[in-house]
Amino acid sequence: MNTIISAISAWKTLVAAVREIFDEAAYERFLARAGTSSSNQAYAQFRRELEEAKVRLPKCC
Amino acid sequence: MLHGMNKTFAIVVWAFVALLGALAVGAVAVHRGEPINALWLVVAATCCYALGYRFYSKFIAVKILALDGSRATPAERLENGRDFLVTNKWVVFGHHFAAIAGPGPLVGPVLAAQFGYLPGTMWVLAGAVFAGCVQDFVILLFSVRRDGKSLTEMAKDEIGRVGGFVAYAAVISILIILLGVCALIVVNALKSSPWGTFTIAMTMPIALLMGVYLRRIRPGKVLEVSALGFVLVLAAIWGGQYVSQNADLARWFTFTATTLAVLIIIYGFAASAVPVWLLLAPRDYLSTFVKLGTIAMLGLGIVALHPTLHMPALTRFVDGTGPVFAGKIFPFAFITIACGAISGFHALISSGTTPKLIARESETRMVGYGAMMCESAVAVMAIIAACVMQPGIYFAINSPAGVVGQAPAAAAATISSWGFPVTAADMQALARAVGEQTLYNRTGGAPAFAVGMASIFSHSLGGERLMALWYHFAIMFEALFILTVLDAGTRVARFMLQDALGHVYKPLGRTSWYPSILSTSGLIVAAWGYFLWQGVKDPLGGINSLWPLFGISNQLLATVALCLATTIIIKMHRAKYAAVTLLPLSWLVAITFTASWHKIFDPNPRVGFLAQAQALAAAPATAATSRLIFNNRLDAAVTAVLILMVTLVLVESLRQWYGILRGTGETRVKESPFVRTQLAEERG
Repeated sequence: MNTIISAISAWKTLVAAVREIFDEAAYERFLARAGTSSSNQAYAQFRRELEEAKVRLPKCC
Repeated sequence: MLHGMNKTFAIVVWAFVALLGALAVGAVAVHRGEPINALWLVVAATCCYALGYRFYSKFIAVKILALDGSRATPAERLENGRDFLVTNKWVVFGHHFAAIAGPGPLVGPVLAAQFGYLPGTMWVLAGAVFAGCVQDFVILLFSVRRDGKSLTEMAKDEIGRVGGFVAYAAVISILIILLGVCALIVVNALKSSPWGTFTIAMTMPIALLMGVYLRRIRPGKVLEVSALGFVLVLAAIWGGQYVSQNADLARWFTFTATTLAVLIIIYGFAASAVPVWLLLAPRDYLSTFVKLGTIAMLGLGIVALHPTLHMPALTRFVDGTGPVFAGKIFPFAFITIACGAISGFHALISSGTTPKLIARESETRMVGYGAMMCESAVAVMAIIAACVMQPGIYFAINSPAGVVGQAPAAAAATISSWGFPVTAADMQALARAVGEQTLYNRTGGAPAFAVGMASIFSHSLGGERLMALWYHFAIMFEALFILTVLDAGTRVARFMLQDALGHVYKPLGRTSWYPSILSTSGLIVAAWGYFLWQGVKDPLGGINSLWPLFGISNQLLATVALCLATTIIIKMHRAKYAAVTLLPLSWLVAITFTASWHKIFDPNPRVGFLAQAQALAAAPATAATSRLIFNNRLDAAVTAVLILMVTLVLVESLRQWYGILRGTGETRVKESPFVRTQLAEERG
């Protein structure tokens, strides 16, 4: 039983990490902060905000 | 009683890991003659990383950094739901690893394999455990204690204005050289390859489609659209073979190196100057998706297949006469491997997004030290991928025409005369197997890595008949994420230049003012484009000159980061432990300064820039002679300027350390004030 719980927990963490890397979690936080639901306009606004924050970060070599 | 048993069990387990590690490292080090199995490298690496993490990083965490679980991190104190955010440590780990994993640990070890598998493996393991992981860990913690400040800001605060200025200049220089070298690797991988070029060209409409899907159809569903994009890219790789087999279509996608260079320069400018989110952001996601998946697959493939390494432990080229790049094992093996052991660039990531996500100080150990261990493991995989090939094939792919000759028979004869037998028929068969017309003179490391990776994958899945698909999958994987490095890097360098020019003329600092955007983008692209052009036109393949220049600048940035770390450790009254950063710093100073000396003044024209300029001047002049002479002198000047800048930081740091230790210098560290965490109280 403990093994199953650990496996589920590990899977959830992996999914959370992947969603963070791919900015899906950031979009959810944006929607919660803005008090709005997902839409074309909301996503466009999120992208603008994200670009401003990310554009100064280099990618590693 | 139970505690005592657990402790005894732990001692037994760690003693076993230490013994196994010693056995594996010993086997890798002393094995000669017969080919060695890759599993020895895997076991040696696993044991070294486990021991380094369990004991060395813990020692640093407890004795030097005194990680404090009760201290609130900036993620907690400044939480704003955007950049400052308390995040699960495994999520931060994944995020940090995805940010630091780039082409460097794949390309550098492949090039350094010309010395044999031993030097690269030893430096990747020792360098990561004692230098690279330490640098990433301490810089991350110091940034966490300073509200997530960047490397340049911390250098300015702790070392002084000179430190800040040099860190800034070093970042811009390394970016420009890095972008030039990255672009050259892509050019060398795609030249005369309709299949590869078609696949990469197809990623553009695929990315646009992904952008439309993300914006209009399913907003924010990035994972979903990345998986869809991945399937389309696989279809493009599949379709590429028909393009390469159809003479009319193939002509459309067959480019010379110079044409590809021009196309990449235009791409870099557009990516920096034009708001092309619809193209770049989805491609960035696609690249990350492919990168993480491929690294995981390669790791599994190596463990499952545990191939035999055909490259000897040491080759005759340790004497500096190597065809891939010239220069002796010391210092050039260390300069070439770069990111797989220690990368100055990681200090930028460790003082960028990551410190703003860390929930507790204790997590910096796992994220900083641990993620670099994974990066180093990627470098070990690259060494294995390069060394599974027959050495003759490895040298035929990686040697420039200027060294082995243009004609296949002549090149094969030259390489065979070095003791690495290969025939023109072998190379022709391999080229046919991977769907290329030729694999000769594919300098840059990417094609050699792709052949090695395709060999490992095809033996695990699909057999020989899928070799061509795996090869082009590997080329697509490398080119895709090198291009994302290229467009992100050009934009970052443009912003840095705009920040600096803003002090001279205010409107130039405005990131939305189009004349400024166009002019600064033009300047940055011209700078790296020049290095790219120089590499494309270089009769020695470009990599011989440019990769060492990149390695030197990258390791010099690490020197700046380690100067900063040592200064802070001394200011924290932990001078007796300063050797933890001082020893890797001393080693980096030794290798970078020696390498720079050789690159500028070595009398061998294949090594020294000035000697090559002199040799060109003495030889019968051609149309390109004056340009080649100028390029060599320029490279010598760039190397000298980099070394001079880092010398300034070293002198300034030494002055600081001397003052502190004598009791006359400033000992106050510029940390944010202590605030007790609420998280620790809540979690209990």
